[in-house]
Parts: sequence; C-alpha cells; structure tokens
Amino acid sequence: MTHRVLIADDEPNIVISLEYLMKRAGYEVSVARDGQEAIDAIRRERPQLVLLDVMMPKKSGFEVCQELRADEALKGTLVLMLTAKGRDTDIDKGLGVGADAYMTKPFATKDLVAKVAEMLGAAK
Amino acid sequence: MKGDKRLLLVLLAPGAFLALFALAGGALLWSTLEAPQRETLAGLLNERGALLVMAALGTWGLAAWLLSGLYRQYASAAAKLLEQARVRLDSDLQHEITPDGAASLRHLAATVNQLLHQRTELREQMAQKVAEASRHIDEERARLAALMSELTQSVVVCNLDGRILLYNQRAQLQFRALSSAPALAGGAELIGLGRSIYSVFERKLVRHALENIQQRLQRGAAQPAAQFVTTTAAGQLLRAMMSPVRGGEADDPSLHGFVLMLDNITRDYEEESARDQALHAFTEAARASLGNLRAAVEMLDDPDMEAAVRERFQAVISDEVQLMSHRIQELAAQSTQDMRTRWPLEDMLGADLVAAAQRRIDALPGLRASTGEIDETLWLKVDSFALLGALASLAWRLGDEYEVKVVELRLHSAGQRAHLDLVWAGPSMNTETVVNWEAEPMKTGAETSPLSVRDVVQRHGGEFWFERERARHRTFFRFLLPLASAQEQLDTATFVRSDSRPEYYDFDLFQATESSRALDDQPLHELTYTVFDTETTGLNPSEGDEIIQIGATRIVGGKLRRRESFEQLVDPQRGIPAASIPIHGIQPEMVAGQPTIDIVLPAFHKFCADTVLVAHNAAFDMRFLQLKEERTGVKFDQPVLDTLLLSAAVHPSQDSHRLEAIAERFDVTVMGRHTALGDAMVTAEVFMKLIPLLQAQGVHTLGQARELAQKTYFARLKY
Repeated sequence: MTHRVLIADDEPNIVISLEYLMKRAGYEVSVARDGQEAIDAIRRERPQLVLLDVMMPKKSGFEVCQELRADEALKGTLVLMLTAKGRDTDIDKGLGVGADAYMTKPFATKDLVAKVAEMLGAAK
Repeated sequence: MKGDKRLLLVLLAPGAFLALFALAGGALLWSTLEAPQRETLAGLLNERGALLVMAALGTWGLAAWLLSGLYRQYASAAAKLLEQARVRLDSDLQHEITPDGAASLRHLAATVNQLLHQRTELREQMAQKVAEASRHIDEERARLAALMSELTQSVVVCNLDGRILLYNQRAQLQFRALSSAPALAGGAELIGLGRSIYSVFERKLVRHALENIQQRLQRGAAQPAAQFVTTTAAGQLLRAMMSPVRGGEADDPSLHGFVLMLDNITRDYEEESARDQALHAFTEAARASLGNLRAAVEMLDDPDMEAAVRERFQAVISDEVQLMSHRIQELAAQSTQDMRTRWPLEDMLGADLVAAAQRRIDALPGLRASTGEIDETLWLKVDSFALLGALASLAWRLGDEYEVKVVELRLHSAGQRAHLDLVWAGPSMNTETVVNWEAEPMKTGAETSPLSVRDVVQRHGGEFWFERERARHRTFFRFLLPLASAQEQLDTATFVRSDSRPEYYDFDLFQATESSRALDDQPLHELTYTVFDTETTGLNPSEGDEIIQIGATRIVGGKLRRRESFEQLVDPQRGIPAASIPIHGIQPEMVAGQPTIDIVLPAFHKFCADTVLVAHNAAFDMRFLQLKEERTGVKFDQPVLDTLLLSAAVHPSQDSHRLEAIAERFDVTVMGRHTALGDAMVTAEVFMKLIPLLQAQGVHTLGQARELAQKTYFARLKY
C-alpha cells in the first residue's frame, strides 16, 4: 500500500520541493499551511508520516507534535521535524516533545528521501 | 582648724604631764611621810611652793616651745605635703609642691616634684604620639579616599547594617542613572554617607551575598567575594561585586562591612542581546532560504521534469536569492551601525582633542597649526594618544615631503560620526602616496611608532581618506571618528566639571550600628539630619502662596556633608510677587520650565528618608510641605527640630533669634544667604553649634530636644 505523507509548512517555496520529492518517491502527499491545519489534516487523513516545520502560524511544530503524542489515536504517526532552527537546544526540544527525527535546513534532498524511506520502512 | 587643735594639744601636753608628775609624785611622797614630816613639808610648800610652780611653768613653756617647733617641722609639714601630693594625684595639676618642714621632708617634696615632672613629660609624649598616630590615620584615610575618588570603577563601602561609609564619584554618577528623579536629587537621595544601600538593592539579595562570603570566610577561602546582578527600580541592570571588609588583624575572620564594586551593564547587555538576536534571526532565515534553494536546485536535476514544473522551481530559486540578498543588506546596514571596536576608547570633548593636536603640531619644527570650523559640542570616543600621534605624523610628513608650513584643523559632525580634517593649501598628492602614508609605520621626525595611521583608524572603527577642495586649492585628510553616546557624554561632562576633592567617606560610621532604640532616645550628635529651607512666593500657603525653591543639606556623623545637597527651583504655576523678589532673588523667568511641586516634593521626600528634619522657623516650612501632602501623596512625618526654638531655649535672654543674628552669635560665616541651599547650610552650621550647648543644659536626646522646643515661649506663637 502507498504511504501517506503530510507536509506541514507555511513556506510555499519549500512545500513545492517537498511535494515534488515525496510524490516522486511514490507517496501520497497532502499539504497543511499552518499548525492547526496540520492537526486537522492528521486527524482526517491519518498519514503515516508528517514532515513538520517548527515555525508555523497558529500552532508551532512543537505544539503540533505534543498534541499528536498526547492523542492515543494519533500516537503512532511518525514525525520528521524539518526546520531552520538549528541550535542544539532546538533539536533537543524537538526530540523531547516526541519527534522521531530532526533535520536542519538546509538539507540534501537525497538524505531526506532516504530518511523518510528508512522511517516508513522501520514502521512496517 | 584640725591642725590648730593638734597644735593646742601638743602645747598643753607638757603642762598636763608636769601636773600629772607633780600630783603623782606629791601623792606618793605624802603617803610615805609621818605626820610631823607632813607638817614640815606643808610648811615648806606654803613658803616655797611658788618656786616649784614657777619651775614647773618654766619647764612647761620650754617643753611646749620645743614640741611646737618639732610639730611644725614634722607633723604639719608632712600633712601639707600629703595634701599637695593628693591634689596632684587626683587631678592633672602640674604646679610644683612647695618644700617645707624638716630637711628629709624637703627632700621628699623635691622627689615628688621630680615624679610630677616625669608624669607631665610622659603625658605630653603620649599625647604627641596619639596626635601623630591619628594624623597618620587621617592621612591614610584621605589618601585612600582620594584614590577611590579617582577610580573609574564605582566603589561603595558599607558597614554591616548596609549604611554607606564611602563612595566615589563614579558611584555617584552611576546612582544618578538609577535615580527615578535624576534631574532633581541627582542620585543624592540614593547615595550619601550614612544612607542605606538597601534603597538601591534588595536587602535579601545583599544578605544572601554576605552569607555566601561569610561561609567562604569560614572555610578559609583566599578571596571570598560574591557577585550578583540585579535590576533596579529604574530598570537598570547592575552587576555588583561584593568583597568583605574584615577586622584589622590579618587572621580575623569577622566581618565589619563590605565593599561593592558596581557596573551598570544595562547598555552592554542590551547591545549584546540585540546583536545576538539579530545574528540568530539571520541564521535561521538563511537556513530556511538555503533549505528552499537547495531543495529546488536538487529538484531541477531531475531530467524528466516537465517544463511548467521546472519554471516553478526556477521561480522559487530567483525568489529565494532575492530574499537572501535583501536580508544580507539589512544585516549589513544594522551591523555597521552597531559596530564598535573592541579597543577601549575614552570620551573626549572634540574641541579639547583639537586643541591638543594644535599644540602637538605647533611643537614640530617649521610647522604651525590653525583651527578652522570646530563644533564645540561634539564628544568623541577616541584613543587620543594614538590619534594625536597620527595627526602629528601626517603633519610632519606634509612639512617634510611637501614643504607645507601651515595646516588647519576642522571638526564637524556627520550623522552618527564626526569628521576630523587636517587641511593644507597647495600641492596635492597622488592616491598611491596617501595609501603608503596610511599603511607605513607613523614617523614624526626621529620618532617612530609601531602603529600605522590605518591601525589607529581601525582602533576607532573609523575611516580615513583624502579629498581635494579644488575651488579653494586646498587638500585635506579626513578621519571619520565615532561619537560618544549621549549618556557617556553626560558622565564625562560631570567628571570634568567637579573640581575639588569631595568628602565621600566617613570611616567612623563603621562603628555605628543600627540602634534599636526609639528615635527619641537617640543622642542628638549621632542622628542623621536633613537641614532644609524653602523660598516661597509669600507667607501664606493657605492663601495660595507656593514654594519656588527647596534647598537641603545633610548632617551625618556630626559633620556637615556639603556635597550631599539638594537644590531645586520649582515652577509655582502662579506669579511671583514683585515685592518678594528682593528677598529670594528668584525672577519669574528662572522658574519657567522648572519642574512643578508634584515632581520635586517626592524627590525631596526620598532625599529626607530616615533622617530628622531641621529648619529655621520649621513651622513655616512644614506648613508649606504639609499643605501639599494630599496633592503629591508624600507625607513628611519625620521628627522636626527648629533652630529658632532651640536657640531661644539656649539663649532665652537674647532679643533676636533670626538666622542672621544667631549665625553672628555663633560666628558662622554667612555665604549665599537667601538662596534656599545657602540658608540651609547656615542653619546646619548653627544647629551643630547648638548641640553642645543643649548638652550642657542636660538635653542629650532627640526626645529631650523636642520637649525643650515645645516648652519654649516661641512655640506658642502661631505662624
């Protein structure tokens, strides 16, 4: 079966690349433009993996992640944080609030695709 | 009298002795005789008894004369000697004892006199030594205080109660910045001898630091210091370094007080955090942009991509590149504004720098410097030594290589910076030469420096170039120099203005401990006083007369603290009657633009905190203050002493208790009278002269003084 991937980011300039990348890798892709939309989309579509930006309007990626982990039904959703916040403390916080992986921008698209594949593979 | 009685006894004794002898001898003789013998003896005695009596009287007289002589020589002379010696023992009478009586007693008297001389000498030596020692101590204290006052670090020394016993000028400036009413009390309501440091720092914070130090002391730490950072009521960030003041003995671990070295780190902190934030924001934005770019670029590698999609990715790239360029420009604009060199620069009045440069150039052979346009108001941040060296070396090379005889110095502001120009008429030079001059080590005659002009310019975070004024056939070198910030200008200006060395310390306050006694029970000479005076538009506050000036000074530890004074004109928000102007000398235009009483009174209230108020005819001034209580929300409920009433109590027979009259009686020099501060100073001096007179009348405590004042006749007058 095809994995569903949600891209939660408010910057269209990265969304376009991510969307293209994920689609090319063969995933079913949906997009959310802010934190609240992301939560709603996850509840509705139950993606296996979320590419989650930290700095988003309405709700930050940290908040979204915490909400996911607090919700029994959504707990299993894989979260890959993808953000420009690159300090050690940010990474610690991301993993602390329950992200499965953390990638700092700028990243190599190859690495991203490999990481997503690895995460989804392990989850199977 | 006692002596006379004894003498009488001495004189009577031989008579009594002779009478006793005659009676006893006679009776014994009589008892052994037969009746006829008794008759014969009686007959003999009847006939010749007078002879016996005469002989007896003669013997008595002789004996009495001898004994009285002996008595005088020994007994009474000894008694006198004893008396005289006693007097000298009990007092410090230095007068010699008069020798009298027998030779041995005279010797004794002489010996006592010698001892007396020795004692006097010893006392004198002792007094001299004490005086010398205390002079030494005073000198050392003064030296220490002088040293402190020159320090650019701000230092405050407190006793264990947190009372300030030393502070330096820098500390005073710093406290000015902390003051919530800086223009009025000038920080004097916060810092002053005997004031509590707890009005600036939270008591618990200081206690905590003290405890830390005490623990470290007990552990035997070599440098038991503590540090804390705190925000003050005025929103400033202060870093305080606390060190203990220990007992005099080297290994005495007991704490007597503490030294605080203060740094106002508000500006540094704000600058640094602003810089950090900018850097952080930029990094994150750059990461995001680069992320977008990189992803898009990598997508473009896909050979199967449709043309329409490819275009979208190209649009992303061009968009992000533009955003990045824009961000970098912004950051660059910001950081050049903020760029400060790390080299420590001093604040200097630009005109002073120019004058120094002029002197320096004039001293070079064959060169003369004139000044052109100078902006006298500019404060620069410079390394003046290096900069003067650069100017001199440039001028020297102009003279040496281009035969320039006269140069001109100009200084004017250019936005955030200043232009300092070295101008000359005549030949210009090519750019290459200037570049060399800028880069080579500076040379002035035989003197060379390891620095180049460029190094000097870099120290200032500035720039250097040369320009031609073609129209006037002149050329100039231009230095672009940083300006001192407004706050720094103020600081330095104050530094320059203060001339004489102020009284910033009183180590005697080390001994002063917070008294648990009620204020009324405290001795007059130990209290801290605020002596004040007001100038007003008239005599009737209830009929709309207002305060137009308040002046006050402090008495701490029995000394007048002229430096810790308060002087402020007040806008009365009404006219000043022309008739009153000759009295106080305050013209209406002088109070225009001054703060109103609503602002001045709270500042004055803070200045008076924890002190006893003293004023001449205090009731008058207090009426003015009290009428404003409701409006300003500050209540002057301190104890008040009135020099008028106290003077009347001390000198009840004097007619006048006007301030001038009392000052004249006490020989107090009246200076600047009829300004509020001038009058306050005179009142303070008068008050200090009154204290010993009050003590002589048995009035020692504040309570007693207040009672006395109330009893005084004048107290019944209503003002």
